[in-house]
Amino acid sequence: MEASSTLAPTPATTLVPPTAGGRSLHRFANPGRFLRIAARAQPWLTGVALAASLVGLGWGLFWAPADWQQGDAVRIMFVHVPAAWLASFGYLALAACSVASLIWRHPLADLAAAEIGPVGAGFTALCLVTGSLWGKPMWGAWWVWDARLTSVLVLFFLYLGHIALVRAFDDPVRGYRAGAILALVGAVNVPIIKFSVDWWNTLHQPASITLTGAPTMAAAMLWPLLMVAIGFQFAFLALVVARLRAAVIERRMRGLLMARAAGA
Amino acid sequence: MIRKMGTRKKRRMAVLLACGLGLGSATVLTLSAFRDTLVFFVAPSDMASKAPGPGRVFRLGGLVESGSLRRGMEDSRPDARFRITDGAATVEVTYVGILPDLFREGQGVVTLGTLERDGVFHAREVLAKHDETYMPKDVADALRKSGRWNPASGPPPQAALWNTLGAAKP
Repeated sequence: MEASSTLAPTPATTLVPPTAGGRSLHRFANPGRFLRIAARAQPWLTGVALAASLVGLGWGLFWAPADWQQGDAVRIMFVHVPAAWLASFGYLALAACSVASLIWRHPLADLAAAEIGPVGAGFTALCLVTGSLWGKPMWGAWWVWDARLTSVLVLFFLYLGHIALVRAFDDPVRGYRAGAILALVGAVNVPIIKFSVDWWNTLHQPASITLTGAPTMAAAMLWPLLMVAIGFQFAFLALVVARLRAAVIERRMRGLLMARAAGA
Repeated sequence: MIRKMGTRKKRRMAVLLACGLGLGSATVLTLSAFRDTLVFFVAPSDMASKAPGPGRVFRLGGLVESGSLRRGMEDSRPDARFRITDGAATVEVTYVGILPDLFREGQGVVTLGTLERDGVFHAREVLAKHDETYMPKDVADALRKSGRWNPASGPPPQAALWNTLGAAKP
């Protein structure tokens, strides 16, 4: 059984992946197994997302101290910074799915890339809007064309382009391939976003929290910020998993309907 | 058959890696070529080499020099004169209008305007640039009282110092 299944090339149109090579990666590619695991994980993802976001936002917006020079306007940070992190993280996840899609023709990665797009675009839009609302009272401008702001706007357009491109073909597989190439080409923008504030003169300040140095932020503000970041991270996962479950079920239903139409 | 699948994946991986390397190095080359021109503002010490001629609009950025701010009124509109410094060079700036809330001596600012023949930068827009430090008011006050930091002189000291200060206070 095992030998025959590895020897028989699996048609690309079915959702059952070839078992030869990359076995560990393909363990989760079986849509039936994915649906079972995802259904069990979903309430936990959603629960942690809601709990951590609500606690973190309440903590940051009401209990955390105001900044000595920015006053209460600094509280926008508790939404803006986690949204910005998730905007970049979402694009990295999109790029990882695109690699899996192009190299291993991973069917679940195709669907995941298509479902990550709108969620990542949502977090990027949240980052841009809150940043603009923060910029007006602090800097004195809603928007400036410095390297950080411009590169994040480019990220938003890359998300929108990906969303449109994967849905633009009659044959979904062609859309997934084109979308994966766009996502990987756009991935050069992610390090540009990260390091734009160090490479160039920008109005946007450099990062307060780095992997190498101590954070330049009082601990009383840092903890609620990290709490919201955990909440947003789980919200991202919960949204993508929910959308992905719906996409897998939708694809199955379409297959069943087509089979029935072909039989009639 | 199995080997064939493997080689196909390996080839796709190699093609992707080659494309990534090509695209990556093209981006690095482009960005390093534009590095000097992709600036949002010019620092006072770069003015001689990078600033355009008199009457041309550009952005000048740096810290507001301590003790240089003079506020006045001109035709019932607020008027400010101050100097922008980056430690190495200093430029005199005038601005008519309302300054942003964060504007103070020692604060980073970015101004848009023209350098006139008298050597004074005439700003038509002043943006405050806040730094990456976030601290509560009591910590900032404690730092100031202990004499470890004067906000007008520049950025605050190491975060490790005032984080323990804030924790020790209550």
